[in-house]
Amino acid sequence: MSQNTQATEEQVLYADILEKGMYAGLGLMIITFALYVLGIMPSIVPVDEISIYWSQPVHDYLVAINTNFLHWETLPTGWSWMKLLGYGDFLNFLPVAILSGITIVCYIVITPGLFARKDKAMAIMAIAEAVILTLAASGILSAGGH
Amino acid sequence: MLGNIKGKAGILFVALMCAIMLSPVWALASEVVTMDQIPAAGDPGWWKWPVILLFVTFVMGIIAVLGGVGGGVLFVPIIGGFFPFHLDFVRGAGLLVALCGALAAGPGLLKANLASLRLAMPVALIASTMAIVGAMVGLALPTHIVQLALGGTILGIVAIMLSAKKSTVPHVPQADALSTALRITGVFYEPTTKEEINWKIHRTIPGLLSFIIIGFMAGMFGLGAGWANVPVLNLMMGAPLKISVATSKFLLSITDTSAAWIYLNNGAMIPMMVVPSLIGIMLGSFVGVRLLKVAKPTFIRWMVIAILLFAGLKAVQKGLSTMGINLF
Repeated sequence: MSQNTQATEEQVLYADILEKGMYAGLGLMIITFALYVLGIMPSIVPVDEISIYWSQPVHDYLVAINTNFLHWETLPTGWSWMKLLGYGDFLNFLPVAILSGITIVCYIVITPGLFARKDKAMAIMAIAEAVILTLAASGILSAGGH
Repeated sequence: MLGNIKGKAGILFVALMCAIMLSPVWALASEVVTMDQIPAAGDPGWWKWPVILLFVTFVMGIIAVLGGVGGGVLFVPIIGGFFPFHLDFVRGAGLLVALCGALAAGPGLLKANLASLRLAMPVALIASTMAIVGAMVGLALPTHIVQLALGGTILGIVAIMLSAKKSTVPHVPQADALSTALRITGVFYEPTTKEEINWKIHRTIPGLLSFIIIGFMAGMFGLGAGWANVPVLNLMMGAPLKISVATSKFLLSITDTSAAWIYLNNGAMIPMMVVPSLIGIMLGSFVGVRLLKVAKPTFIRWMVIAILLFAGLKAVQKGLSTMGINLF
């Protein structure tokens, strides 16, 4: 095999970060789920009551758990789960956020290298992708309930 | 001899699992959705559905590997059609199933230079943006409309699976101006022929435009989108099949990420559904890779088509029945 068949520096860097994020997210997910399902941590919605809510549309589900358990002024959407990390069910959002967020880190890290190699088009695309994914992650974009 | 017996046992196992999943008994689960559930007290049998989910997704993981499809495309129609979970949560979990599969495979494919970051970047920019729009539309639309559209899409995927051709190394006479400007090209080593294959792409603009629709559907239905990515990258844009399959798999890690954030931020994640599904699919995939050596791919592929056809019809039927139209 010649040198031509090797992955580029950016590609290998991207792969390394993605791999670390994947292992961190999946490992943490197993731990947080065990803490939740084994009852080691308390949960907002008791495990034996969750089946009552999972057949409802997401908006109705949020209204129900807010009415029955949280009693907040607003529904628990966006990053409000961060306030509930002391509870097993919402602690499980943390590994999901890591798995969903690692791609943003990958794009941010490869951008300087792309600029350094004067690969401007790809560098601008990397910035645009990071901005779009950050916008999606921000919680600014919300869907209307049905 | 032993291998032959193992092979037959493997096929028999998968066939049995499919027969169980296709059985009308599973249809009873969907009726739970329409029943009024009064939260008077905790349900002592709460653990049954996560355990069944774990088992079914395990079988699904095996079938997905053997049938050459992503987990998401099986997960959403089957779990959405036959389990009591609302479609909002099923789509959120489906995106995470597809995302985790892509995250698990992506680093290896990138390092082996089979997935191309340069090919994926412009495609991902369009697909992930549209996946956000699709996710928002999907969460805003009435469930029966999404269910009907999902059923139609699944039946469309069946049609694609039945008709789509593949080209190992498509003939690309000349790279187009855009792909040349973006330097979307590469070299990979093909061990079967012991050749280094130079590849380039053409029809970049129509290819990129296709990802407007693909990204939208991935976000709206939580299906993943390998079933559409590969034909566009391979047949339309002219990337070699191996590069197309690998880049498609990696691409899902970006497309599904954007849509997953929308579902997460809108509260459409229930860990009791998500985690058993991920564990089941991943364990099933490990077993599927081992069975791959002995299973007959053609038989499995027909079985996947049959399952999708049944699940697609079920989704259409559920959507129509909500509108008061009963087909069966």
